[in-house]
Amino acid sequence: MISALLVILQVAVAVGVTPLLLGVMRQVRSRLEGRVGAGVLQPYRDTIKLLQKQPMRAAGSSVVLVGAPIVLLVSSFMVVGLVPLITTASLVTIPSDLFVVVSLLLVGTVALAVLGLDAGTAFGGMGSSRHMMIAALVEPTVLMSVYALSVPVGSSTLSTIVAARGADAARVVTPAGLLAVVALVVVVLAETGRLPVDNPSTHLELTMVHEAMILESAGRDLAWLEVGSWLRLTALLGLVVNLALPWGVAPGAEPLSLLVAVAALVAKLLVAGAIIAAAEVFMAKLRLFRVPELLAGSFVLAFLAVTASYLAG
Amino acid sequence: MTVAGGLLTELVLCGLAVVLALVVPAKHRSLASGGASMALGVAGVLTGASAMTAPVPVGLTLGLGMPGTDLGPMILAPTPLGGLFGIVVGAVGAVAALYGIGYAHGPAASRTGWSAYAVFLAGMLLVTSAGDVVTFLLGWETMAIGSTVLLLADHATRPAVRPATLWYAVMTHLSFLALVLGFALLASDAHGTSFAAIAAARLSGPTAVVAYFLLLVGFATKAGLVPFHVWLPRAHPEAPSHASAVMSAAMVKMGVYGIIVLTSSLLPRVSATFALVVLALGVVSASYGILQASVSSDLKRLLAYSTTENVGLAVTALGLAMLLANAGQNQSADVARIAALLLVVSHAAFKTVLFLGAGSILHATGLRDLDKLGGLIRTHPVTTWTFGVAALGASALPVTSGFVAEWTLLQALVHGDGRFDTILAFALPVTLGLVALTIGLGLLTFVKAFGTAFLARPRSAAAASAEPEIQPGLGAATMSTAQLLGAAAVVALGLAAGPVAAACARAWGLSDALVDGLGGVRFASVGILDPVSITLLAAGLALPVCLLILVLRRRVPRRETDVPWGCGGVRTSPRMEYTATSYAEPLVRVFGEALRPARTLEISHAEADHVLESRVAFAQQVTDLVEVRGYAPAANWLSRVGDQARKIQNGSIHRYLGFSFAALLVVLLVVTIP
Repeated sequence: MISALLVILQVAVAVGVTPLLLGVMRQVRSRLEGRVGAGVLQPYRDTIKLLQKQPMRAAGSSVVLVGAPIVLLVSSFMVVGLVPLITTASLVTIPSDLFVVVSLLLVGTVALAVLGLDAGTAFGGMGSSRHMMIAALVEPTVLMSVYALSVPVGSSTLSTIVAARGADAARVVTPAGLLAVVALVVVVLAETGRLPVDNPSTHLELTMVHEAMILESAGRDLAWLEVGSWLRLTALLGLVVNLALPWGVAPGAEPLSLLVAVAALVAKLLVAGAIIAAAEVFMAKLRLFRVPELLAGSFVLAFLAVTASYLAG
Repeated sequence: MTVAGGLLTELVLCGLAVVLALVVPAKHRSLASGGASMALGVAGVLTGASAMTAPVPVGLTLGLGMPGTDLGPMILAPTPLGGLFGIVVGAVGAVAALYGIGYAHGPAASRTGWSAYAVFLAGMLLVTSAGDVVTFLLGWETMAIGSTVLLLADHATRPAVRPATLWYAVMTHLSFLALVLGFALLASDAHGTSFAAIAAARLSGPTAVVAYFLLLVGFATKAGLVPFHVWLPRAHPEAPSHASAVMSAAMVKMGVYGIIVLTSSLLPRVSATFALVVLALGVVSASYGILQASVSSDLKRLLAYSTTENVGLAVTALGLAMLLANAGQNQSADVARIAALLLVVSHAAFKTVLFLGAGSILHATGLRDLDKLGGLIRTHPVTTWTFGVAALGASALPVTSGFVAEWTLLQALVHGDGRFDTILAFALPVTLGLVALTIGLGLLTFVKAFGTAFLARPRSAAAASAEPEIQPGLGAATMSTAQLLGAAAVVALGLAAGPVAAACARAWGLSDALVDGLGGVRFASVGILDPVSITLLAAGLALPVCLLILVLRRRVPRRETDVPWGCGGVRTSPRMEYTATSYAEPLVRVFGEALRPARTLEISHAEADHVLESRVAFAQQVTDLVEVRGYAPAANWLSRVGDQARKIQNGSIHRYLGFSFAALLVVLLVVTIP
């Protein structure tokens, strides 16, 4: 029962902090590019504005237009609830198993892709096709890099891996661990549509991936899509920072350690977000057909990490 | 029902179905004979269930053996493993027969069509209950003949059926030939034809190795594993859809069943030596199959290639189990074994629904080409939702049967310890990477299939004018009922992960899978998966969102517009939509080296104008490299050799008399030489 409450706490914290994370990332980028920026609170204002607007539905679109955003949002809730963001205590019947978490992420991926096809526009199909290609090619790296981290622990449960890394600092700086985390960073960038894979602020028609799929949505549908996609960033980025710096994560449900954990998570997320945003200023988007090369590179890193973890063991 | 009673009932029902197909007039034939075939399927399920619960294999023994020779009696006694496969065959056969009652028309609903269906089903049930070589081969050949006749149903109206049947017949008989040779070697070495005698002989000599490879090739051909898969993408699309469903969901499983019997009971020691061969067969089939499926635009061909993928995954799990057992990691090996059976069961459930859905599309529009479909969600709600659920299963997403199966496979992979075993240290990560790629491409494949067939706007007149599927009358009702039953099975097998995994464990004689909670499964060495809890958690988290939507819906109602972002423009024509071919285009580019697509681009210019283009035609064809590079040269070579042989046989009676004389001389010489 307590762990169910912890899941709800994780979801609540993630929903609360995610717009701030996006706001900070956008603000950092604006300032580095010499613009004033809209302020770190703009994503909150955007979301509230979208919820108050009238959603539109094109003639010829189906129930998918209404359902897919909700599926994406709920799948993102599940992911932020299960990934060890604040605490490594997990549900008894749903441990934060890597494959379960990845499958739930993929449910959201599929919901987005199906939504892109629903309206029957050229852009939607284009975005959906590219999105699924990237998702398919990312999959091996995701599983391989977490496999590398799971070898020393003997479990594919994410919270166990984070807890074990937190308990033994020597595990964090092994070659296997470092390689795997670097591979995971590429995965996060690809999965959440950041540079150099996709440009989150683009509206240049032919380079869009994520934006192309959600073109037909408006009002609250768009709000669910935006929040759902942002939460995926929080979940994946939170997982990476907790794997890279596994300190501050609460081992149980004591209020004080939870408070510390929330503060640590927010700090780690915002710093990591700011670094990504700063790096994005100096990066151009890759051509779509260079993306597989990037993903293949990250797969090689993950594979090396597995090999290294065998040698270390 | 006792096992023996069940087997006799199956025999009677098969005869009844054939008689009804022959006697009942055309108007009620499908109902009568299809009904009897359904009953045959149900009998198969019940017999399988009682075989799984029976403490020792019991059944029928037909004393047809020859005393004094190695040829023993015919034994019909399903093991628990055979029982599980019998349940799969029976359930798929029953659901497909129900669908066929409404779907079969023309030649598929003829006397031959329905008799062949019953014989086909009975043949598969015979294979699963065989306890000796002769019975097994008899069932195998019955199954091959029944399916070939079914496949030929539409040969008069569609020319593509004939080459497809030819490929199928040749491949399936090459497989039979390999099996006969392999079993003959084993039987002569073991001095007995019963599986028990062969297993008790514990063969491991060079003859056993030859027999092992012959049998492996024979079973892999039936299972559709690369490189023996070439018949599959030809035969499955051309068969009537209810027959395709049985062929894909049940018949190829006989190949898997054969591989399991071969590796676990007939020749376990030889198999252990060649575990990597089985693993490689599985992994290559899985990744090659899904790659071909992902770039295919013919819906049934796509499903056929996806069958190669799923069977490949099951065989991957088997190979993995053997490798892990070799390394002494028995707990992980047991999990991999259970994963293999879970993959078999889940694939049977979702692939049946997918083929039945393809049948409904074909029935309504006459199309299999995804590039011409679209928008069927409006006329075909039942097909859309059942196909959607099955597509989730095929993509291994929660909370379907496919999810549980692939979770178990991945757990077995991750919990194998490669640190102290060089073969495992190499095999585990490579397998994991390829399985992950297979999962990723599987997602793309089924998003493409579902999205282009059912969503968006119709891409052709035939798709736009599809007749609504919900109509009065028995035919439409049986089709929809069969689809709903199948989809319910996909979800139920996923939610009840624990009982299903426990049943699979029992089929292997293992006790590793424990039922946990509300239907979750717990592997003693691996961990826990409870799909019911996942569903409950999702429902709990969806609740606040739904409440918020209820509030918002009252304040800001939804608005229907013709063109949401038109800016005064008009809606673009459906020709501007992405098609299945364009959806897979990025993938074709990425895997260009492995696929080698043939592309043609024709640009015609308006008269006396070299700048303006009047018409641009693009065509792309992805061929199967294994077929083009492997089988086509082999077939050419064979036909050249055949041409040479024709020179000897020129039809002249003098020459043949000469041959006879020469032969006689040779015989006399051989006899006279002491």
